[in-house]
Amino acid sequence: MFTGILAFAKPPAGFEAPTTDVFKTACVIGHGTYCVNRVGIYIFATAIIVVGLFLAAFSKPKLVPRGLQNALEAVVEFVRNGIALEVIGTEGLPWVPFLTTMFMFIFVGNIFEVIPGIQFPVNSRTAIPAFLAGLVWILFNVAGVRAQGLGPYLKSNLFPPGVPKALYILVTPIELVSTFILRPFTLTVRLAANMIAGHLILTIFFLGTAYLLAKPATIPFAVPAFLLSVLLLGFEILVSVLQAYIFTILTAVYISGAVHPEH
Amino acid sequence: MTHLLGLLAAAETVGTPIGKGLVYGLGAIGPGLGIGFLVGKSVEAMARQPEAAGMVRTTMFLGIAFTEALALIGFVLAFIIK
Repeated sequence: MFTGILAFAKPPAGFEAPTTDVFKTACVIGHGTYCVNRVGIYIFATAIIVVGLFLAAFSKPKLVPRGLQNALEAVVEFVRNGIALEVIGTEGLPWVPFLTTMFMFIFVGNIFEVIPGIQFPVNSRTAIPAFLAGLVWILFNVAGVRAQGLGPYLKSNLFPPGVPKALYILVTPIELVSTFILRPFTLTVRLAANMIAGHLILTIFFLGTAYLLAKPATIPFAVPAFLLSVLLLGFEILVSVLQAYIFTILTAVYISGAVHPEH
Repeated sequence: MTHLLGLLAAAETVGTPIGKGLVYGLGAIGPGLGIGFLVGKSVEAMARQPEAAGMVRTTMFLGIAFTEALALIGFVLAFIIK
């Protein structure tokens, strides 16, 4: 009975469910371990697009903004008011350029998932979120040491005030792991896993639609499958924006925690 | 008896996909409950005090980000299982 259910649950013959192999790409320039593959080209494209967008919008700024300048001013304003000022406070204003650049880089990298012809989220390769998380880790530590000095910074993080002395045996290791080890790890996993999951779901749904279209008997089932795929496409656009926002706001929270010592 | 042994052998070869599914499925229970509770309470707070909606929304997204990480670790673990 057990195997019978399993046989039923297996995909039908001829349908190859996508695996993590969809994230492997061949070399385009060069060969071997250190070559530029499709993802590498997309990373450079992401950087160039972000720089190009900001240059095009703000190289000749007008007093009454129109079009692209208007759109990007809305992004800068959102990061400035919604993230930097709200989370860090007035000390957050020098961080606005960094946070805006990071927001745009992650967003453009994510939105590649739904652009026809590319359809690959750059951030689904763990190395890129890991690099960004490492950058954030260095920055919030440097900001903390600058604002408080090395000793007080470590003390306020590892020995939070207001805790009974005996509890430091328990609290200090937890704070050490959660602040200095788990933060970059969860930042990486959150962004990468979201993008991997989204890409796999889209691949499965569109491959399934194509498979259902192949036989006349299953075409009626292909229609709802296709409609659901399109809905998921819209959902992925939402996830792209949301993940860029969450990554940026968590960066701001970590910087804020480093700059403002706990009382 | 042979039937049972055969079943066990079959379970060993086909157990991995089930295990992968279980790792993600069980890992998603807690964060699912957590996010539901969190968003529900945030909606309640926003309805009670609409002028504080911006602050509540920011904090809600932060909470979602922290809670969601657990589910995503389960998702990654499902791929790591060989």
